[in-house]
Amino acid sequence: MDVKTIRVKKDILSANTRTAEQTRSKLDKHHVRMINFMSSPGSGKTSLIMKTIDRFKDRYSMAVIEGDIASSIDAERISRLNIRAIQINTGGGCHLDANMIEKALTDLELEQLDLVFIENVGNLVCTADIDLGAHKNVVILSIPEGDDKPYKYPTIFLEADTVLVNKIDVLPYFDFDLGVFPEIINGLNPLATVLPVSAKSGEGLDDWFAWIEQTLAPTKR
Amino acid sequence: MHEQSIVASLLFMALEDAKKDNARRIISIKLVVGELTGVEKDAVSFYFGFMAKNTIAAGASLEFNYTKAQLRCRDCDIIFPREKLKFNCPECHKKAIEIVGGRELYIESIRIV
Repeated sequence: MDVKTIRVKKDILSANTRTAEQTRSKLDKHHVRMINFMSSPGSGKTSLIMKTIDRFKDRYSMAVIEGDIASSIDAERISRLNIRAIQINTGGGCHLDANMIEKALTDLELEQLDLVFIENVGNLVCTADIDLGAHKNVVILSIPEGDDKPYKYPTIFLEADTVLVNKIDVLPYFDFDLGVFPEIINGLNPLATVLPVSAKSGEGLDDWFAWIEQTLAPTKR
Repeated sequence: MHEQSIVASLLFMALEDAKKDNARRIISIKLVVGELTGVEKDAVSFYFGFMAKNTIAAGASLEFNYTKAQLRCRDCDIIFPREKLKFNCPECHKKAIEIVGGRELYIESIRIV
């Protein structure tokens, strides 16, 4: 029996990346922009998405893809805003992948939409390497989580187009150094925008809404 | 962790290449895994054990080559290992860095008969 070594040199995630690229071109055809929200559990993804929907619901047509390990609580919160929410339960899986998104998008009428928001599973590690076919990645980090997270989980911050520092209303009670934080992020990722916000008090949200408008396809602005 | 989907992809790719070569069996698979991917060796082996059943990769051994997180200073061009909770360049002490190693996740080679 001849033993033979074959050089493969293939990225294990390449099939996922191919699907993600197909998704992006499909969305581009319909001038739809998709934004992937990633963060730890409890940082305020759902609240920020709801505030964003609330701000733009009279002007733009939006839908949300909700990723969760098991429940549909978040999708129910979104549905109450009369916005189409598609629930993906990963059944224990720690992140969404490009196939799940591709399938979820077939349930949406893309020609009628301007924006699709993906609420990824709460996780700072596994979500980072998986391209979903979104146009922009938004990473949310909340004040109570601490300003050392980019050191511990650098990969997710590398993938961010924007880092939202949420819950700045509780800044006085924590040691989060908001002065230094943008420098840490931009050291890693010079192109990322850092926006301090509070979904609760509304502080900083105007800058975030302006960013969303920039993200829209030129024909939809 | 997401080892189950990683194992599904790596198994699919290894089988595809092995079949192209008319292999009867895959003896081993050599993987390169960056430490920043968080991919756990034990979890990969665990999933591989039952996902490879009834394929020509059943019983194949997995070899893991872990790569360390490496940073490059954008100013000095020096490449240095990541220290816990610090990204500063050892020369200029700035934090303008790029990650140049530690995110790898690929199949290097397979051995077949």
